[in-house]
Amino acid sequence: MTIRHHISDPVLMAYAAGELAEAFNLLVATHVSMCDNCRAQLVAFEALGGAVIDTQDEVALSGSSLDATLARLELLPQATARARSRSRGIFPAPLADYIGTDLASVGWTALGAGVRQAILPTDRRATARLLYIPAGARMPDHGHRGLEMTLVLQGAFADQTDRFGPGDIEFADEGMEHTPVAEAGMDCICLAATDAPLRFNGLVPRLVQSWFRI
Amino acid sequence: MAVDGSQTDWTALVFQVRDHQDRAAFAALFRHFAPRVKGFLMKSGAGATLAEECAQDVMATLWQKAHQFDPARASVATWVYTIARNRRIDMLRKSLRAEPEDLDWGPEAEPDQAEIYEAQQETQRLGKALSVLPDKQRVLIERAYYGDLSHSEIAAETGLPLGTIKSRIRLALDRLRQEMT
Repeated sequence: MTIRHHISDPVLMAYAAGELAEAFNLLVATHVSMCDNCRAQLVAFEALGGAVIDTQDEVALSGSSLDATLARLELLPQATARARSRSRGIFPAPLADYIGTDLASVGWTALGAGVRQAILPTDRRATARLLYIPAGARMPDHGHRGLEMTLVLQGAFADQTDRFGPGDIEFADEGMEHTPVAEAGMDCICLAATDAPLRFNGLVPRLVQSWFRI
Repeated sequence: MAVDGSQTDWTALVFQVRDHQDRAAFAALFRHFAPRVKGFLMKSGAGATLAEECAQDVMATLWQKAHQFDPARASVATWVYTIARNRRIDMLRKSLRAEPEDLDWGPEAEPDQAEIYEAQQETQRLGKALSVLPDKQRVLIERAYYGDLSHSEIAAETGLPLGTIKSRIRLALDRLRQEMT
């Protein structure tokens, strides 16, 4: 897969710094699982964190701190090699951990016109959802009150800005209005993270918005 | 592994902990890293008592998870940083943190000595590159890693407009990349 739309430096840096809401963490970890380029960038941002720790001014610990920690080690069994995380179907490992075994285990809610979504359990600072858009179908027009990141897992969609295929991420910010349309040929499945409710332009979608939490 | 005389070979000490539960090696790691982790967590906003407790937790995790340390991927300092970062996330919000899928290198993959050496050297080189950045840029990079402050909160505290902060961070990253190539 050729990924053309990557994670921007500030978002990757915020992930490396541990500062993103859980929904965005999930999206970044999923993209990095698919993208060697961003994985290499992430390693570099974590190394920068290592340099920040290493050049940090020391703050002395209390005199008994080392002994107290050594005493605790007696009670701590050493873990053996880490269990390797596994992807399942179109879901890279971090996402599979949130969903379960496969596409059939997703609890979808119909949004109309064949479009479906499933909201994933994350902390409340942002929302993560899977979107299922049948081939050729369109999402309702929507603008944004905050940041939205959409990662394609299967199929592709296009909007006013570009085409997005598997592994690609689209960023949408306040003020951007777009109408993603799934490409013909294959149903499109995306992971989307938003830090504020989307704003639909039509009256009816606006009325149902709170109901569906989109 | 050859490291020039002035530097301690932290990787070898972690291997001593991993393979022999070597408490002297652990103590050496503790003396170097625990005070830095404590300083780091205090800059993140933790009080001295909490920062000390967490620094102890971080070092205990290093003992427990020594088998998971991958020296070809990260220096010991970087690994300690990720443990401290995750501890801070637990401490502040108890939310889950998704991690990328592991790469499958195959069962018999042994990390390459040159790769290990390079990963360990990287922290030193980055540290030097960081220290020669203009103060205005270095401070913002450090603040980004101390965390707990979004870009807009940094703006409120430093009185700098968001655009200025973004461009300073971008300049700093460009310079660090130049230094590292």
